[in-house]
Amino acid sequence: MRGARPISLLKTVGVLLAKDLLIEWRTRARLNALIFFALATLLLFSFAVGPDTKVLARNAGGYLWLALLFASVLALGESFRVEQENLTLDGLRLAPADARAIFLSKAMGNALLLMLLGALLIPVMVALYGVTVTMGLGSFAATVTLGCMAISAPGTVYSAIASNARARDVLLPLLLFPLIIPALLAAAKATSLVLQGDPMNQLGSWYGLLIGFNLIYWGLGFLLFPRVIED
Amino acid sequence: MEARSAPPPALALHDVSKRYGRRWALARLSYSLPQGRSLLLTGHNGSGKTTLLRLVATALSPTHGRVEVRGNDCVTQRDVVRREVALLSHASFLYEDLTAHQNLVVLARLLGMDAPADVAGELLVKVGLTKRSDSPVRQFSAGMRKRLAIARLLMKAPAVALLDEPFGELDPAGIEAMEKIIRELKDSGVTVVLATHLIEQGMALCEERLHLQEGRAVAA
Amino acid sequence: MSDLLKTVLQVGSAVAALASVGLGVWLGVKWAPPRSRVNARPVLLGMAALALALLVLGNWMGLVWTPSEREMGDVYRIIYVHVPAMWMAMLALVVNFACCVGYLLKTSWKTDALAEATAEVGLLFGTYGLVLGAIWGKPTWGTYWDWDPRLTAMAIMLVTYVAYMALRRFVEDPEKRAVWSSVVGIISFVNLPIVWFSVKWWRSLHQVQSTPKTVDPDMTLALRVNAWASLILLTLFLLHRYRTALATREAEVALPEALPTDVPGPNRASEVA
Repeated sequence: MRGARPISLLKTVGVLLAKDLLIEWRTRARLNALIFFALATLLLFSFAVGPDTKVLARNAGGYLWLALLFASVLALGESFRVEQENLTLDGLRLAPADARAIFLSKAMGNALLLMLLGALLIPVMVALYGVTVTMGLGSFAATVTLGCMAISAPGTVYSAIASNARARDVLLPLLLFPLIIPALLAAAKATSLVLQGDPMNQLGSWYGLLIGFNLIYWGLGFLLFPRVIED
Repeated sequence: MEARSAPPPALALHDVSKRYGRRWALARLSYSLPQGRSLLLTGHNGSGKTTLLRLVATALSPTHGRVEVRGNDCVTQRDVVRREVALLSHASFLYEDLTAHQNLVVLARLLGMDAPADVAGELLVKVGLTKRSDSPVRQFSAGMRKRLAIARLLMKAPAVALLDEPFGELDPAGIEAMEKIIRELKDSGVTVVLATHLIEQGMALCEERLHLQEGRAVAA
Repeated sequence: MSDLLKTVLQVGSAVAALASVGLGVWLGVKWAPPRSRVNARPVLLGMAALALALLVLGNWMGLVWTPSEREMGDVYRIIYVHVPAMWMAMLALVVNFACCVGYLLKTSWKTDALAEATAEVGLLFGTYGLVLGAIWGKPTWGTYWDWDPRLTAMAIMLVTYVAYMALRRFVEDPEKRAVWSSVVGIISFVNLPIVWFSVKWWRSLHQVQSTPKTVDPDMTLALRVNAWASLILLTLFLLHRYRTALATREAEVALPEALPTDVPGPNRASEVA
């Protein structure tokens, strides 16, 4: 039909990301449920640890990232469940849309979703655990961005795999959690430093680790994802 | 070897086998469909019709053997084949949470069309869904989904149209409309590969027939 | 022990182990494929005997012949089993990584079978080594688990490969299983150095772990003999696991029989004959 011509990888990513965000917006009830799940997790940590605000404040970074990690498992699983209804992932592949573009759009969409969650959780965390933010909002934003991207890239690859396997709800966290440990460690440490101050200038090395982690897994995902979804 | 001027067959299967897990859905199938002809696939449920169509559509790769569409291999030249074929499958490829119009616009954008919204609107008129164009697909009946799926197929303007049970879930009027669309496709030079249980309608539309039984070609 | 005897032990055990690896590779090609007619029994028994002899020798050297360590006393002697086990686990996982990359480059059931074998045997040696490490930790640190960077990284590695094995179990389709597990295998392996560095930083910012370096040359020799013995064992285990994996795979992917009505193609002459 008129004007049909192949479009660039970047443009494909744009179209697919816009589509994913549109679906996310149209099903915002699901998004709300996810947000409240993450908030509830944050709340539960205070019960599990006890009302000692000092302990809570000291470990706030770790709790924030655990809450984000748990929520991310649900969000990642959902992002491919959407594509399984009516086999829309096949529809995209056959359209044809480049599999690498599908990876990039899904990983970016998941990262954006997690960043949104992070942005909502941080004020709640500050109020709930009585933490004080020593360093600026800029470092906070950088930490959340890097950490969320680090979860979403390998998470997208593994979610695509797990969504087609048996016992997918168990398989995704089983695959993802051990892999994500370095990123979780770095993000939690960086968050603690942002909250409590960084007298020994360690923040840079944790950022370095996160950036390296991101580069490796976004690259690997870009290379390997076509093999995951093509038969 | 055939004469050099002869065009490659619209569809060629060379000793094709496909396995799911431990079950062979297609076993050692060889077949060739000349250009300008249309093919009717018949056979019981589970005989391999859908698998064959998905192989040709490049949704799957054959476990053994080769599938070619107009001389292009379905594995090594996947991207070329994908631009030439379109599949109407049991699964509609539709996003349940998007509206009919949005579903078509996404595809139009992926295909790099100039005015995605206009193209989508025209196709909705063609399949008679203008009134429901802004309702989410989740609220559609099975027949309406089928019509939207065929709009999706028409948008690609394929050289080879693969239709898996196009008459399923349609009322008599719907079947008639579908027949009309298939005729139009054929008249515009599209190779149609049709899998259906309605053998009469199928025979009226297609010149060739391939009957499958447990993944093998047998005489009907 | 005289210097000559030591040299003989050094060279002899190394040659024996490397020859066993060579024999293992040869058997993997000749004997492992189903329906192979190679009689592997003498070679396998020979390798097993060699491994046993070296193990007995190595353990005698480790327990009796070598001197006590200056700071840790006799506790340190566990390294003669712990360290080789860890080395073999690493080696198996390196081979696993190579298989995963290899499978994605060129589809072959042999690489897939070897990937399965290396992951399982690597897990076996890794778990064994980790348990030994924890046992060593009790008298040394006073607790079984001290979040020592090495042990922590190793534990994370084991969980990663348990997940890899779980994925293999949860996917029925052989092709998909092979591709997906290759992708997961590559990602898991790439993660190992990252885990190592992150855990090291994480710990070093709290306390510095001191490992006394008071190694006697005799200790090195005993360790080597044990390591070579473990290498032969690893080869044996891999060979057996590879053989069963390959047979399973071939049973899964056997082509359907050609029916009499099918036209025999030119490439099917061997099956017709």
